[in-house]
Amino acid sequence: MEKYFLMMVNGSARTVRCEPDTPLLYALRNDLALNGPKFGCGLGQCGACSVLLDGKEIRSCVMPVSAVGKAKLTTLEGLAAGKDLHPLQKAFLDEQAAQCGYCTGGMIVAAKALLDGNRNPSLAQVKEALDGHVCRCGTQNRIVKAVMRAAKEMA
Amino acid sequence: MTAVLTRRRFVRDAGGLLIGFSWGAQAQTQEQTQSQPQLTASAASSSASPALPGSLKANPRLDSWIRINADGTVQVQSGKAELGQGVLTALAQIVAEELDVDIARIRISGANTTQGPDERYTYGSQSIELSGSALRQAGAEARAVLVNAAALALKADLSELQVRDGVVRTTGGRQMTYWMLAQQGQASFDMAVRGTARPKSPADYRVVGKPIPRIDLPAKLSGEAAFLQDLRLPGMVHGRVVRPLRYGARLLSVNEAAARRIPGVLAVVRHGSFLGVVARREEQAIRARDVLARSAQWDKLAEPLPDAARLPEYLRKLPSEDTLIAATLQDQPVPAAARRLQASYSRPYLSHASVGPSCSVAVMRAGKMSVWSHSQGVHPLREDLARVLGMQNADVDVMHMAGAGCCGHNGADDVALDAALLARAVEGRPVRVQWMREDEFATSPVGPAMAITVRAGLSAEGRVVDWDYEVWSNTHAMRPGQPGGVNLLAASQMEPAFKPSEPLRIPQPFGDGDRNAVPTYDFPRKRVVNHLLTRTPIRGSSLRTLGGHGNMVATECFMDELATLANADPVKFRLDHLKDPRARAVVEAAAARAGWTGAKGVAGKGRGFAYARYKNIQTYGAAVADVAVDRDTGRVRVERIVMAIDAGRVINADGVRNQIEGGVVQAVSWTLKEHLAFNAESITSRDWASYPVISFSETPEIDIVVIDRPTEAPIGAGEGSLGPASAAVVNAFFNATGRRIRDLPLTPERVKKVLA
Repeated sequence: MEKYFLMMVNGSARTVRCEPDTPLLYALRNDLALNGPKFGCGLGQCGACSVLLDGKEIRSCVMPVSAVGKAKLTTLEGLAAGKDLHPLQKAFLDEQAAQCGYCTGGMIVAAKALLDGNRNPSLAQVKEALDGHVCRCGTQNRIVKAVMRAAKEMA
Repeated sequence: MTAVLTRRRFVRDAGGLLIGFSWGAQAQTQEQTQSQPQLTASAASSSASPALPGSLKANPRLDSWIRINADGTVQVQSGKAELGQGVLTALAQIVAEELDVDIARIRISGANTTQGPDERYTYGSQSIELSGSALRQAGAEARAVLVNAAALALKADLSELQVRDGVVRTTGGRQMTYWMLAQQGQASFDMAVRGTARPKSPADYRVVGKPIPRIDLPAKLSGEAAFLQDLRLPGMVHGRVVRPLRYGARLLSVNEAAARRIPGVLAVVRHGSFLGVVARREEQAIRARDVLARSAQWDKLAEPLPDAARLPEYLRKLPSEDTLIAATLQDQPVPAAARRLQASYSRPYLSHASVGPSCSVAVMRAGKMSVWSHSQGVHPLREDLARVLGMQNADVDVMHMAGAGCCGHNGADDVALDAALLARAVEGRPVRVQWMREDEFATSPVGPAMAITVRAGLSAEGRVVDWDYEVWSNTHAMRPGQPGGVNLLAASQMEPAFKPSEPLRIPQPFGDGDRNAVPTYDFPRKRVVNHLLTRTPIRGSSLRTLGGHGNMVATECFMDELATLANADPVKFRLDHLKDPRARAVVEAAAARAGWTGAKGVAGKGRGFAYARYKNIQTYGAAVADVAVDRDTGRVRVERIVMAIDAGRVINADGVRNQIEGGVVQAVSWTLKEHLAFNAESITSRDWASYPVISFSETPEIDIVVIDRPTEAPIGAGEGSLGPASAAVVNAFFNATGRRIRDLPLTPERVKKVLA
């Protein structure tokens, strides 16, 4: 049966009405009109749908809405401060670290989680943090460079 | 900033139009030379001036390409689609350059049947060649119209006028802007391009050639609604389709009532074996899809899928149409002293494996069908949709919007018909359909497998004196819009079904499965045979480079084997057989940048070389790959790839690098990991675990040398790196281990077997 769920999303209290087992991804995209998290596999394998749950990266395509509870959700849209892009977004633009850009939102979110816990990651740590994300355009090296650049700028 | 105009937005924007303006199809030549699809726009027209370049030939109306807005912007319409390759940015650069306006003033939209030129497909790394050359001429012509109008308005002589960012000034300081001319109706683009205005000389370029940042990326990286997947129309509902485990299976029975009972379900749609569902919410549609899938009974096809382990042998036995595509000195005997060498190579079926499953939104309203699609060819798709839906072309519109990155003909077109069929069942409501991950892997067209056998004769001096090459592959060209059938998945399932088209007969040098089968080396005696397989166990179509990848790999690996037989350095051996100075230049550039010494690999580390000219007439590329082989695990690690490229004139320096880099990464992924898995009943690659691709940690360091040739025509960038990079990796494996693997991919199982 459909129920109301109150969630903290990008700093605002938002309500959605859906079945409790609805994957969070669909609530974010279809009820809250957020575009950052994308459907990629529905299996938690590719990372296109990644969002932050209390600062940790989760795959929103396999998390039911009912499991969110009081945790704070952050999507790609929640990273910028008003019109000011987050240093990670700026770094991705500076490095032109995308081709199609479909998977990029999930990677920026994953990189945010990494940098919040490790201000000075090594190349290997950045790659490891992104290994669960699929990029099919072949932009991996630029993405790693962008994350390293953002880390430097945020230090 | 550069969103493709939807019809609604177009109507809104059109209010500001002042220059005579006729987007639309009346000037477009619908008849295309279907036998030469790679030539489409350039070979299409008969009536227009033969001097017009690229897609202008078929679309000569100036106002179908460019218009000046009174608000100080320039609207540019290309018939090409942004697929993540950055094409709209490069095309905007070209127009900014020719018109002498700041690139920030350019608003550019891609392929759309409601407006702008019909450039058929976006494929073959030809967008700059075809759309770019058209916009270059159209831009020059538009500038001439504007400057002439300014001269009249200012009562000035043309020779005393200068243009800077759309402001035309006399030497005396009087001025007129493009925007004022537009507002006052003093400059009309309602004319056919004459081909008389001279585009700028490359020496004068200020915007073209520069690494201009992609104009579409800010929206995509900040979560704006930049993708088709983000399109939300008022009242939009969600659809999903249910497909059999194998292409061609017929639906025997299904419990539709069970699906109709699921909350939110609005319609269950069945046409023959096409089965889909529409629901209010996306997750409801997915739930209904699962319920339908569980009860659906499909018939079993008589013929099992082939044994994947013996795929090359299977391909060689399929019925084929054989064509001799190159023959020189065949009336003379092979020089007697020649040493003979023979080898066979193969590559498997490859999936597009787009990161975003195919998606479309369609709405049927008042007898008109509107479809938003990330198809590579909105006009051909429109024609096939109309045919299947029993509608007139004019009543169907297809608007391109960006999807996830695309390596060719994936599920984009198929899902557009799915959405249209479902939309017809709930008239008035837009239906959004996105395929599930398994739909994308198991039901979208794949890149066909290939088998190749090469024989050669080597003279005592180490020269190739005979070359005999045969390739076996199905067609790599089964796109919508091809004559004689309908190449859309749902159409093949409907009752009565639409038959797929015949394979295209794509002539050399473009080629199909035989793309790049004719060597670009100076071999005196050669024979090349294409075995176009006429039956296929798995539905295939165009994947990046078509047969080019397999043929470039086979040719370049065999050249390496011949160099070994000749006891020659692989780089020198290639140069000994190459006269074309541009080919020699990329070979030398790659070798120099990598510090090539030709040394033998040690301790499981090796280095390989490869060269190719894509399609024999496009991009020159040479690669040096460094690999490390772990004998215990069988894992091959590509550590570094140096790639030298000549793509002719570079429009966007960073765009070319990004494309080349992406091609290299995909080549490594194909070479080490990718293969579509299947058993006797069905495709078993259905997710990222069963179709592994390259990860961040496995991505090599990539060093690119771009040889810019400002005075040469652009010859494509997107696909030029795949063949050389892939072959260099295989050759590096030999250099590291002394063993050859001739079947892709170089999986740990194969590596361990060959090293045992």
